[in-house]
Amino acid sequence: MNFKLIAKRLSFLVLVIWAASTIVFFIPRLSPRNAIRERFAELARSGGFSPGDLEKIIANMNQQFGLDKPLLEQYWSYLGNIVRMDFGYSLNRYPSTVTDIIAQALPWTFFLLLVTTILSFIIGNLLGAVSAWPKAPRWLRSIATPFVLLTGVPPVIMGVLLLFFIGFRLKLLPLGGAYSIGTVPNWSWEFALDLLKHQMLPALALILGSVGGWVLSMRGMGVTIQGEDYVNFAEHKGLTGGRIFRDYYLRNTLLPQVTGLALALGTVVTSAIIVEGIFGLPGLGTVLQNAIKSNDFPTIYGIVLFITIAIAVLMAVLEFIYPLLDPRVRNNQ
Amino acid sequence: MTLATTESAAGRDVRPAKAEPVLRVDDLVVTYYTDLGRARALDNVSFTLAAGQKMGMVGESGSGKSTLALAMMRMIKPPGRIEGGHVWVGGTDLQSLNDEGMRKARLSKIAYIPQGAMNSLNPVMRIGAQMVDAIKSHVRGESRSSIEDRCAHALRSVDLDPSVARMYPHELSGGMKQRVCIAIGILLRPEVIIADEPTSALDVVTQRQVMETIDKVQDDIGAAVILIGHDMGLMAQTMDQVAVMYAGRLVEVATVRDMFTDPKHPYSQALISSLPTLDNRGEFKGIPGLAPSLLRLPSGCAFHPRCPFASERSRTEKPKVHTLPGGRLVACHLYEGEAVTNG
Repeated sequence: MNFKLIAKRLSFLVLVIWAASTIVFFIPRLSPRNAIRERFAELARSGGFSPGDLEKIIANMNQQFGLDKPLLEQYWSYLGNIVRMDFGYSLNRYPSTVTDIIAQALPWTFFLLLVTTILSFIIGNLLGAVSAWPKAPRWLRSIATPFVLLTGVPPVIMGVLLLFFIGFRLKLLPLGGAYSIGTVPNWSWEFALDLLKHQMLPALALILGSVGGWVLSMRGMGVTIQGEDYVNFAEHKGLTGGRIFRDYYLRNTLLPQVTGLALALGTVVTSAIIVEGIFGLPGLGTVLQNAIKSNDFPTIYGIVLFITIAIAVLMAVLEFIYPLLDPRVRNNQ
Repeated sequence: MTLATTESAAGRDVRPAKAEPVLRVDDLVVTYYTDLGRARALDNVSFTLAAGQKMGMVGESGSGKSTLALAMMRMIKPPGRIEGGHVWVGGTDLQSLNDEGMRKARLSKIAYIPQGAMNSLNPVMRIGAQMVDAIKSHVRGESRSSIEDRCAHALRSVDLDPSVARMYPHELSGGMKQRVCIAIGILLRPEVIIADEPTSALDVVTQRQVMETIDKVQDDIGAAVILIGHDMGLMAQTMDQVAVMYAGRLVEVATVRDMFTDPKHPYSQALISSLPTLDNRGEFKGIPGLAPSLLRLPSGCAFHPRCPFASERSRTEKPKVHTLPGGRLVACHLYEGEAVTNG
């Protein structure tokens, strides 16, 4: 790991973020809809001001948001804003700033995604590794199968099914929301437990859907690695089964899975958006959904870019970690 | 040079009656149950080997050489099964050990050196760690420095610098990796070492160095060595005895000199005469026909379809292993009259 490599990697990171932000900028602008017009038209309908005033207000707002300028000029100022990490005001929830909205919603999404991704990575890879290990007991090897079947169930259906059976029929866990209605967020064990209960079903929906994927790729990798000469030689050396499993088999099967984790981060966010919607969690996914519905493009820009940057940075981090796991990569770089 | 010094000793030790052998294989039988049928990969293989002796094991691909090595290590994996026989190492019957006992016996009593040039070392662990874990799996409560001394000593005895312990496999050349495998094999000073084609992926210069290394470490620890390979020239230079396998059977065991000057079994004769010599330059004789499939072995002697001396009896009756004067073993009807005892 040298300075040149880090510089190369970081400049690539900047390139990715620039490309993503450009695509993200133009796509909502393809729509003929105008969020400001829609918002004030709604206000006008519920009474308050005349249609003549409405046009004036809209023109005024457009000017305030800079929407009257040519698109390319808007693009340049948009790029400048990104560098300053300032996404301006939400069109829909004016006068909240996009940064405020993200800051409010982020913790919900962050912890849900962090916990579920890590848990399903660990569970899936262990089950997959064990299911390909010939010396594991038969019952342990077959545990993985139902998870593989569940991979075929889309998160939407999974969420609804969980809600219906566990939340509605059995009444074991709450039906939705981030915490019980009527409670005020505070630092008590009681509230923490309430939070946990509300996070259980969304987390379960995400984990059940993604464990199978890890199981499958890990099992495939495991079958390859256990046929490797060094695993065989480890047994010839008279090592205990546990040591062979951990140091010779698992260490090597995990290498491509770490790359897989970096690739999976992208799809994790998409399924989280859907699951948050189903369970009514006030996370980034729900906010993004609402922003897209009302074409609130500053908010769309803010959230999508935030997610892009987060994933790009995580992938870069994983890439820096990889040489620590695989010594063969260290010298080649 | 090797031939001259070992001829008399080897001739004496082959006979099971004298000098208690450190390795005795009795009627070892291994069968693979494949979808196409049963394949008997080892058919009642028996031989003995005394401490400090080196035996080369030759035969065509699929003749059972590697299966024999794996069976001795009790490492035959399904669909294969060891169906009978015993492997005695220094008075212990490996077949009678439980799984944990066998695990401990591996490397400490009987070590296996793989064809290590390519892929036999874990790519993500340092060489030292791969030696230390082998020691720790067998010896409890040994101090860290004593383990490190042991590793350094093993590396030095295969002519590697002890600093190799801090390196990863991909930082070593093929010959160095093979030496590391040998160093691991001798860590616990086993009584028997099986080397399965340790030189086949190496160039001839490195081959020679590796063989000299095996020779040297064997002198150090006095183990019996079985070397599996195809290279008759290499065998002639470095081994005391040569065993020839054909279709899962041991067809002949003799000292190197006897084998090369006066092979008894028709297959050995064909094998030896197929070697290039100084006289028949440019003209190589092959053995007509192909090795039989283990799934459909010929009746009687498995070699009879290719054998110039095959008789009616060869077609129907499986020959016994005869012990000839001088202690050599041969499985052929032709030598029934000369046999000292019928084995």
